[in-house]
Amino acid sequence: MRFVAVTACPTGIAHTYMAAEALEEEARKRGHEIAVETQGSAGAEKVSDSDISGAVGVIFAVDTNVDGRERFSHLPSVEVTPGEAINNAATVLDRAEQAVEEGVSQAPAEAATGGAGGGGAVAAGGGGGDGPGRSSKGGAVRQWLMTGVSYMLPFVTAGGILIALAFLVGDAVTVVDENVYESFSWGALLFKIGGTAFSMIGPILAGFIAYAMADRPGIAPGIVSGLIANEIGAGFLGAIIGGLLAGAVVIGLKRIPFPTSLRSLLPVLFYPLIATFVVGTLMILVVGEPIAAATEALTTWLEGMGTANAIVLGVILGLMMAFDMGGPVNKVAYFFGVGLIAENVTAPMAAVMAAGMTPPLGLALATAVRKRVFNVQEQEAGKAAWVMGASFITEGAIPFAAADPIRVIPALMLGSAVAGGLSMAFDATLGAPHGGIFVFPLVGNPVLYILAIAIGAVVTAVGVVVLKEFHRQPDEIADPTTTTEAASA
Amino acid sequence: MDLTIDDVITPDLIILDLEATERDAAIAEMADRLVAEGRISDRDAYINAVLEREREGGGTGMEMGVAIPHAKSEAVKNASVAVARSAQGVDFGGDSEQPSTLLFLIAAPAGGDDLHIRLLSRLSRRLIHESFRQKLYDASSPDDVMDTLREEVKL
Repeated sequence: MRFVAVTACPTGIAHTYMAAEALEEEARKRGHEIAVETQGSAGAEKVSDSDISGAVGVIFAVDTNVDGRERFSHLPSVEVTPGEAINNAATVLDRAEQAVEEGVSQAPAEAATGGAGGGGAVAAGGGGGDGPGRSSKGGAVRQWLMTGVSYMLPFVTAGGILIALAFLVGDAVTVVDENVYESFSWGALLFKIGGTAFSMIGPILAGFIAYAMADRPGIAPGIVSGLIANEIGAGFLGAIIGGLLAGAVVIGLKRIPFPTSLRSLLPVLFYPLIATFVVGTLMILVVGEPIAAATEALTTWLEGMGTANAIVLGVILGLMMAFDMGGPVNKVAYFFGVGLIAENVTAPMAAVMAAGMTPPLGLALATAVRKRVFNVQEQEAGKAAWVMGASFITEGAIPFAAADPIRVIPALMLGSAVAGGLSMAFDATLGAPHGGIFVFPLVGNPVLYILAIAIGAVVTAVGVVVLKEFHRQPDEIADPTTTTEAASA
Repeated sequence: MDLTIDDVITPDLIILDLEATERDAAIAEMADRLVAEGRISDRDAYINAVLEREREGGGTGMEMGVAIPHAKSEAVKNASVAVARSAQGVDFGGDSEQPSTLLFLIAAPAGGDDLHIRLLSRLSRRLIHESFRQKLYDASSPDDVMDTLREEVKL
């Protein structure tokens, strides 16, 4: 059998390593293979993704927090203290073998009652009857994205709800232009704080995707790439690219054999310095330039469309709004709608807002009716998504889209296309650039408009559930809790 | 400039026959060697840190007769290990019912020097092996102990 293990103790200079050696010895005696990650003071010597994907079970010999526990959440697990591993490695291996055979996780009694580490081993190996630990490269990417999302999520919920409150207590149309530092109002204050939280969505997402991939040295280059994604208007998809790039660059740097005398400098100086420079350069020159060019081309194309066919235009605006939620494509559609308000053409703006409300609303609906295709964290995020969707804060859908872009984004686009097309078909109009339900009194043809949004949201929800059910892999059913715990640990 | 075990353990840090028979006295006796060798700047602060680790973790004794009291502290100037054998054994609690007869008092500086920690981790890893422990029990002089350490504990 092939195992992975994590050893960690509070001081990280003795037990961590003795436990690792004891497990390695015992595993060797039994003809197993084991890769041990020592999370000690010398920095975590991480196990590789291929170690994890090749393993059938994981052993935690820890009496402190485990970094990156979610990487192992799909594996049957055993959790013991370092002392138990040192003194009774044989018993620990017995239990690990048993856990693999039964495909379940065994947490020690004391961990279950909540010590440090938070009993994260409760995640069972779920539907892995035909071989737990079957994790592909795609599975690894998904884990990285989910780690990033779990750290990003609080920024989305806090920011989104504060902005919704700003619309509630302030004037939904003008509050976004008020400057709280110049003239105080509660609306402007709430909007400022919410907007500030939102500005961290990309940086935190990118920073912690890179962290999941490359440990602590990934954080700085990741966050910087997320900040640059903000500046070049690349949205959360740009931040994901930045985070993956940052993680990959640091992983690459770690493979370079530096002389041992330099090693203590690597994590604090070389890795962040070189990786930040490389990734920043890539983001600005390789990612930023094409995005700027594409944005311009897309704007020209959309303007050329004119109002040739209203329904087709609504569908296109809908597809664009839901594609990257705040990213360049979304912005082109949004500003197209906003720009036309000045010319007294207000139907496209209504379509844009409808299409921007359906992604969070549809996901909120999906989490309510079909819980089991979402993890616990997403179920919670679903509740906040109601508020954000109602307030036309499309960002509420980002946590879902960032964690599983391939399946979620197409469903969002479908629902938004329906909402945008129907809005145009129903001749709904809107002269305000934002506000969600708070500007419904300004909507022309409000009843049919609400119907368009509702139908779009239902289509989104059905689409998400179908795509998630259809493509579900056994190793993704489990893991209801671990990501949130890792985030709060 | 490669780091070797000689950088963290010297013959003067090795006590073949520990006098103390109780935990606190044993730690003090070994810490005095570290102080005498100029490896610790503040004896009391270091000892307190070690005792705190003992209390927090429920003792560092292990069933194989080894105890590894240790602390990372500002009071430590250079990463060091004091080694002691106790004929009678000292009770270090932990997972062990047995008194510990082979003691390693590990002193790590507060700053994160990876290389030294790595060397200490190599020592910790070797302790799992019975053959290594036996050689340390069999050693007839501090230099004998050093020879075994040099042979088995490398970066």
